[in-house]
This record gives sequence, C-alpha cells and structure tokens, in this order.
Amino acid sequence: MASMSAPLLQVHHLRKRYGATTVVDDVSFAIAPGECLGVIGPNGAGKTTTIRMCLGLVAPDDGEVSYCFPAAGQAALRMPRDARAIKARLGVVSQFDTLDPDFNCAENLLVYGRYFGLKDAAIRARIPQLLEFAALSHKAEVRPGELSGGMKRRLSLARALVNDPQLLLLDEPTTGLDPQARHLMWERLQLLLQQGKSILLTTHFMDEAERLCHRLLVLDHGRKIAEGRPRDLIAEHLEPDVVEVYGGGALALADDPALRPHAARVEVSGETVFFYTANARPLLTALEAHPQLRTLHRPANLEDLFLKLTGRQIREDA
Amino acid sequence: MNEPLEVEDLERRRPAPRREGPPGGQRGHASAERGGGIWSPPRLSMRWWPVFQRNLLVWRKLVIPSLIGNIAEPLIWLVAFGYGLGALVGQVAVGGQSVPYILFLASGSICMSAMNAASFEALYSAFSRMHVQKTWDGIMNAPVSLDDVVLAEMLWAAFKALFAVTAILGVMLALGISHSPKLLLAWPVLLGVGISFSCIALIFNALARGYDFFTYYFTLFLTPMMFLSGVFFPREQLPGFVRVLADWLPLAAAIDLVRPLFLDQWPAHPWRSAAVLGVSTVAAFWVALALTRRRFFG
Repeated sequence: MASMSAPLLQVHHLRKRYGATTVVDDVSFAIAPGECLGVIGPNGAGKTTTIRMCLGLVAPDDGEVSYCFPAAGQAALRMPRDARAIKARLGVVSQFDTLDPDFNCAENLLVYGRYFGLKDAAIRARIPQLLEFAALSHKAEVRPGELSGGMKRRLSLARALVNDPQLLLLDEPTTGLDPQARHLMWERLQLLLQQGKSILLTTHFMDEAERLCHRLLVLDHGRKIAEGRPRDLIAEHLEPDVVEVYGGGALALADDPALRPHAARVEVSGETVFFYTANARPLLTALEAHPQLRTLHRPANLEDLFLKLTGRQIREDA
Repeated sequence: MNEPLEVEDLERRRPAPRREGPPGGQRGHASAERGGGIWSPPRLSMRWWPVFQRNLLVWRKLVIPSLIGNIAEPLIWLVAFGYGLGALVGQVAVGGQSVPYILFLASGSICMSAMNAASFEALYSAFSRMHVQKTWDGIMNAPVSLDDVVLAEMLWAAFKALFAVTAILGVMLALGISHSPKLLLAWPVLLGVGISFSCIALIFNALARGYDFFTYYFTLFLTPMMFLSGVFFPREQLPGFVRVLADWLPLAAAIDLVRPLFLDQWPAHPWRSAAVLGVSTVAAFWVALALTRRRFFG
C-alpha cells in the first residue's frame, strides 16, 4: 500500500553555491504520482538550477535527488548515478527551445525518439498522435523556423512525450506565449494530468500556477519560503478580500484614520494603495467619501500571496 | 499517448548497473552527470549512434554542396601547384626515389584535406550545434550523456574527413596521379588522421567563446603545421632544429604513413608514425572531453 503513494521524485536538502552566492539553499520537496507541483519565485530564485539538479545537469554541493518509478520496480534511482535509467522515463521541456532547425516537425520527433533507444518503427507509429496532441498535424513537414512561438513550445512538449514519460519537468513552458497559445498549452497539460502523468513546472504566471498545480513551492533567494495547495496558501497568508485604490491623492489614504481601521493590512505600490481585509463592506462605504478615486474590490489571489512573500521590489540581478 | 512504450534501455541489458562513482555522494565534483571529476575516464556507450545519425540526416540534405566544397578546394591546390609549380620543380626525391612533384603533392595534400575537413566540422559545425543551436542541451535531456555526445561529434567529424578524402582519392585515380594498389590501405589510415584531428579540434571547441576563436587555431596551429609537415616540400629542406620538432607533428606522421603508399612502397617507420597519431588522438580526446565537461558541468 505504501508503494502506491511513494513519491516519483524526492529531493532532499539540495544546496548549490556558485562562488560566494548560494543559489539553492536547503530545498526539499517530493512529487507524488499524478501530481502537478508548481515552483514559483522571482527571477534568480533558484528554480532553473533546482530543475537542472533534478536532471543531473548540475551537481549539487549537498543533498540528494532520487526517483522511484513504479513500472521500474521499487528500487530508488539516484541522480547522477542512474542518470540514464531516470531520463529514459522523464520528459523535459527546457526554458529555451532546443528544437532542431534543420528538421521538420516529424523529423524532430523521430530524431529525438532515437536518443531514447526507441526503434524507428515505434517512433513513426507515434508521430501522428504526438503531432495531433500538439495541434501540429498540418505542420508535419514544416521546420521550426516557420512556426509561431506557441507552436514551437507545443512541439517541444510533444518531443518530451516521445518516450511516454511518467514525469514531466517543464521549465517556464508558457513564457512568451500569447493568451490563446497559453490556454491551449494549459489544456494539453491538463489532459496529461488526466492521463495520470506527473508534472513539475516552473512559472511566472500565477493564474497558470493556480489553474494547473495541485501544490506549490515558493522559492526566493534559493530558499523554500512556502509550500502547499494554492487555496490553502492564500487562506493561510492573506486576508480574503483586497480593495485597490488608485487615482489622484490615493496615496494619502494609506494612513487615513477613517479607512485604516477597516483594513487588516495596507500596502502601497507605485500609485496604488492595497487594503487587505476580511470584511470589505465598511471600507467600501468609507471610500464613497472619495468619489474621484477609482477602486477595485476583488478576492485575494496567488499574485497577492507571491508579492507578500517575495516583496514588490524589482530584482535587479534578474 | 496512453499505450505503454517499450523503451530499449541499455541499462537494463546489463546484469548490474555500473557504479563507478566514488562512495560518499558527489560533493565537490565538477561533472554532475558522471559523479566523477572532469578528468575521470571516458564513459562511453552505444548512445553515440543516434547523435551521429542526427548529423548524418542533416548532412544528407546538403550532400551535394558539401561534396563540391570538400573536393573543389583541394583540387584547385592540386591543379595549380601540382601542374603549375610541378612544371618548374620537376622531380622530387622521396626516400631515395625520384617522383613527379604532382604525386608528391597529392600524397601530402590528401592528408591536409583530411585534417581540414575534420577540423572544420569539429570546430564551426560542432560549435553551432553545441553553443548556438543548443542541440547538445536538448540531447542531454534524453538518456544520452555528454561523453557520448562528444564521441559522436568526434566520429562524425572523422566521417566527414573520410568522405572528403574518398571523393578526392576518386578524382586522383581518375586523373591517373597514382595507381598504387596500396592506396586501399591509405584509406583507413586517412580515417585515423580524421579521428586525430577531430579530437584535437574538439579541445578548441570546448574552449571557444565564439567563432572568431577558431581563426587563431587555423592560422596559428594548422597553417604552420601544414608547412612544417612536408605537404608542399620535403621536410629535409627544413633547418635541423625545426625538423626535430616537425618530425613529431601529427600531420607529419600522417604523411609519413600515406605518402609511401601512394608510391607503392611501405612506410619507413610505420609503428613510430602510428604511435604519434595514436597517442595524440587518445590524449586529445581525453583533454577535449575534460574541457567539455568543465564547460557544461563546471
């Protein structure tokens, strides 16, 4: 029974330093079969380095990465010792596309399948499904240079599925895509989750994290600062309601004695004041005295959580 | 997407997985994938083949222009120098035998062609795949190690050299420059020359920050070697102290092996020449691998 829920990927106390900078600092997490775990954090938080250590492409200074694939028996596989056996069962989409510009879409899939030791006939039989999954059936003969950004990302995803992996590691799969392409990518990832695949994904999009991920890991400056289900994290760290106020003179309201007592917490960012509260009604009533200001009342979301945990300042090193 | 797929996992064929990594984890090791230092021995497997196959598939689309490029330049040298300069030079003495200059030049320049073809491929083309297109990064997300990728690139560059050499040999036979039956033996020797220079070039590939770096390699390393190794004139013409050095150059060793075969003779010191090529190949491959590991995992 215990084996049923044994994590696919387990990361223990991972640490990585580059010179004097610790880019990943004592990070531990696990992914259960069928789970989608999101890693969020500002640029330079250590997301990509963590993924690269999971792939054995960066050696940790400390800590351990191990995998346990039910189909491969119960023996735990350790990175980097069992790199090849592990990667045979992983699907990877890296942050930047590494598609072969000299091959068309179908050839890209064929050539990539060969790296897994798959027979040509087995790969060729799979190519139509993979292209269909990527919504690229009509582009089989087209080279990546002629594809849109969204199509390239979907081809990268299809390529990562060529070995029918149990676990997908996706580094910012939707960065740079327009909303249509992003929604199509989400739909495909949800389909994969329904098929029982597990996903580890990094993202900068909080709606993506909230929509896809069962659980989130928040990293900042290489450290894990929060972990949990998106709704639970919001409930744990934030008041349920947010009232944003902006317009001429809005900043003066941050300390207004008529408003302040109605908010549990007040934040100022740029020209906007954010009131966090459990009960927005009295606050909104008090704000009616300032009809020249624009107000927006909404539930607290993951973006609020992210900004609360990691701060609002721009990361200059990014 | 649902049906299980049979992944031919080479690891599974072995009775027990190899455990070459030192005990106590991988703390402080430069090479993540291997669990060893950058100088640990090459760990090679048959996974180099799909990488080689990839390059072959790209090349198949460009084979005609590639063929023209590979043959045209050495032929221009051969015609201009062989027939032009050959008319002035007449005969050249090689090992007590007097031979036409064009035969002398052909036997040296084919070694130079092997060297150049391998070097171009292992520098400019390999660098494009490694650094510009990030093809290697994509491959290493699959179960293929960096060691296997480097081996594949080395063998691929050697294959390109063999291809160029075969085409040039064909033209030389057609021109009737040599009809020595021992040319059949020159062919595998020239493959060895290609392998040697692929390995050396991959060292510079591992160190390069951009294409400009390769200009230094060609002008400061390959061009002097070409003149010191006896492609255009016998090494006997060199001043004594230069000659001592020149005799140990890999291109000189290659020419010492190949030129007699063109003249239907046997090389004077085949084991010495083969040892020079062999040792420089093994040493260069090891250094290239170590520096490439440092580049990726260091």
